[in-house]
Amino acid sequence: MAKLTEELREKYLRTDLLPTIFCPGCGIGQIMQYVVRAIDDLEINQDNLVFVSGIGCSSRLPAYFEAYGVHTLHGRALAYATGIKVTNPDLTVIVFTGDGDLAAIGLSHFLHAIRRNIDITVICVNNETYGMTGGQISPTTSMGTITKTTPYSNIEHSFNLSFLAKAAGAVYVSRWTTAHSRQVINSIKKGIKKKGLAFIELISPCPTSNRRYEDLKDYLNYYLNETINYSKAYKDEYSSHIFKDLDECFTARYQGKLIIGEITDLDKPDYHTLYSQLKERIINEYWNKRSERD
Amino acid sequence: MKEIQVDDLLEPKIKFATGNEAIVYGALLANCRFFAGYPITPASEILEMMAKYLPLLKGGYFLQMEDEIASIAAIIGASWNNYRTMTATSGPGFSLMQENIGFACMTETPCVIVDVQRSGPSTGQPTKPAQGDIMEVRWGTHGDHNIIALYPNGVQESLWMTIRAFNLADKYRVPVIIISDAAIAHMREKLVIPNQDEVDIIKRIPVTIEKPKYHPFRTGYTHPTKVPEMDTFGKKYHTYLTGLTHDWKAHPETDDAEVHEKLVRRFYEKIEDNKDDIITYQEEYLENADIVIVSYGIASRVIKTAIEMAREQGYRVGHFRLITIWPFPAEEILDLSLEINKFIVVEMNLGQLYHSVVEYSNGNCQVDKLFSIGGKIPTPKDILKVIKKRIL
Repeated sequence: MAKLTEELREKYLRTDLLPTIFCPGCGIGQIMQYVVRAIDDLEINQDNLVFVSGIGCSSRLPAYFEAYGVHTLHGRALAYATGIKVTNPDLTVIVFTGDGDLAAIGLSHFLHAIRRNIDITVICVNNETYGMTGGQISPTTSMGTITKTTPYSNIEHSFNLSFLAKAAGAVYVSRWTTAHSRQVINSIKKGIKKKGLAFIELISPCPTSNRRYEDLKDYLNYYLNETINYSKAYKDEYSSHIFKDLDECFTARYQGKLIIGEITDLDKPDYHTLYSQLKERIINEYWNKRSERD
Repeated sequence: MKEIQVDDLLEPKIKFATGNEAIVYGALLANCRFFAGYPITPASEILEMMAKYLPLLKGGYFLQMEDEIASIAAIIGASWNNYRTMTATSGPGFSLMQENIGFACMTETPCVIVDVQRSGPSTGQPTKPAQGDIMEVRWGTHGDHNIIALYPNGVQESLWMTIRAFNLADKYRVPVIIISDAAIAHMREKLVIPNQDEVDIIKRIPVTIEKPKYHPFRTGYTHPTKVPEMDTFGKKYHTYLTGLTHDWKAHPETDDAEVHEKLVRRFYEKIEDNKDDIITYQEEYLENADIVIVSYGIASRVIKTAIEMAREQGYRVGHFRLITIWPFPAEEILDLSLEINKFIVVEMNLGQLYHSVVEYSNGNCQVDKLFSIGGKIPTPKDILKVIKKRIL
C-alpha cells in the first residue's frame, strides 16, 4: 500500500530546510515526491545514497534529501558522479540536472558518461528554459519561442535529449511529463535497478520563466492530451531507431505531439563489471609472470 | 587473489628517472588510488603511468576523462569516498580546472593537482619549461580562497614532495597544487624510491561524534583546529556539499554577510595558523650575504654556480629557494630584507613572485630581477651580470 506523504517526508527529507525554494506551479516538487516514492519502494539504504547535481533549479534538489548530496558546478554533475561511482560501486548515485545544465554547458560529460556506461541514474528536469537566471533559451527551447535572449523569436533547432541519449548508447531511456506520476515512479525504479547509465527526461512546467500558459491547469491538459507514447507511435513499424522526420530530432515531437514513453531498454555491461574483469585478468597475469621469473 | 604491493611494483628501487615518473611513484607510495586526467604535453607521462599501475593495485582506479574539467571534477567527487586522488595537467588544462579548484576550496575537499608548466599564454610552447602559472596557481579561481602550492627543483624532491602534498591536503582539507615545469618533468636524475614503510601518511580526521550532534562544517569536535573532521559517503552522517556559501550545518546561506565572512575567513585561518608547518624553503650561503637571489623550480638549479662565480670575484651572494610557493614565506623575506642590500628574483616569467618579494621586503632593500621566457633557462653568466650591476 502506498505510504502517506507525511511518513515519507519525515523519513526521506530534511524537514528543517522546507519549504523548498521552488516557485508555485513548478514541477520539481512533484519530481521530488516521485523520487522519494521510488527509493522507498526499492528500500534503498539512505547511507549509501548520493544525489549529485549541477547548477540550476532542479540542481537544488539534493539539499532536501536525507541522504548524501553534492551540489556541484554548472554542467559538471556527471563528471563528479563518475568519480564517485567508480571509486565506490556500492553507492546508489542519482544525478539531478536540467536541460541547460545537461545539454548546454554539460553536454560532453552527458555523452561520455553514457559512453562509459557508468551505473548511475540521471534525472533531467526539462523545462525548456533557464529558470533560475530568468528565462533565456536553452538547447531544448522550441524554434519560434520568444524568450529574454530571443526577443525576436528563436531560430535555432532544439535537442531531443532522449534520442540523443539513445544514439549515444544509453541502456535505459524514458521520457515523461510531470503529469505522468505512476510512469515516472516506475521509470525511476527501473533506472536505479538497471546496470549502467539510465536516463530519465521529465518535461516540467516553469510558470515563472517559461510562461507557455497563464493558467496552470493548461499545463496539465497539454501534458496529458498533447503527448504521444513512443511505443504506440511506432507500433508495427519495422524500425524504431531511425528518425522519421525533423520534428522528432529537433523538438521531440511526433505529428505535433510531445513524445513520451520508454525510448530504450537494453543490456550491455556497465563500466564497473568490465573494470573488475580487467583487474582480475591483469593481476593474474602479473603473478603468472612473477612466478615464471622466480 | 593475492594483493600486489606498491613495493613490488616499483622495483628496482634505484632508478634513473624523470620528474614526472617520480611524481607517480610518490603518489602511489602516498596511497593515491584514484587518478583522472587528460593528455597534455608535458604532463602526459603521469597519466600514462597511472593508467599502467593503478588497475594493478587494490582499490586502484584510473580514468582518462573527456577533458580537464571532468578530470578534476571526478577526483574531487572520489575524494569523498575516503580516496586520495590526483590529476595532472599543464597550463591550458590548468586554466580549465580553475572553477573546480574553487569548489574544492569551498567544500574543503582534499585532492592533489599537478601543474607541469609550459610556456604560455594559450597553447604557447608546449615542450618548453616556463614559470608563468605562479599567480594563476594562487589566484586562478575566483573569489577569496587560500591554497597550498609546492614546487620541487629535482627528481628526488618530486617524489617526496608528492607524498607531502597528499599529507597536507588531508591534514588541512585543501586542494594542494604541485607545480613543476617541462624541464623538471623530463630531465632524468638518480632516484631512490623508499619502501612503503618508510613513508609517513597523515590521514584525514574522520567524523566520530554521534549523528544528532554532527554538523559538516563545524570545527573542534575532536581536535582544536579550524579544519573540520571529514565525512565519507556511505556512512550515517548524510553530509551535503555545495559550492554556495553555507553555514556550519552545510545549509546554503546566500544573503548573510556574516555567514560568508566566517566561512571564508576560516579558509584563510586554517592555513595562516599553520604556516610554520606548511612553509618550507632552502637557504644557501646566507651568512654574511648582502645580495640574496630568490628563485624556485628549474630556475633555482643554476643559482649555485652563479653564486660560486660571484663569490670568487668578491661578491657576497646568498640564495633563498622557495619550496612552498603558497603560502608565500612573507616573514622570511621581511627578515632577510632588513639584513641585506639587494634581492635578485630569478624566474621564468615576466615578473610574478617578484611582486611578492617587493611587497614583503617593504622598501627595506633593493629588489632586482632576472626574467627569462620562451623556454630559456637563465645561465649562471646571466645571473652574474645582474649581481654585478651597480645597486640602483
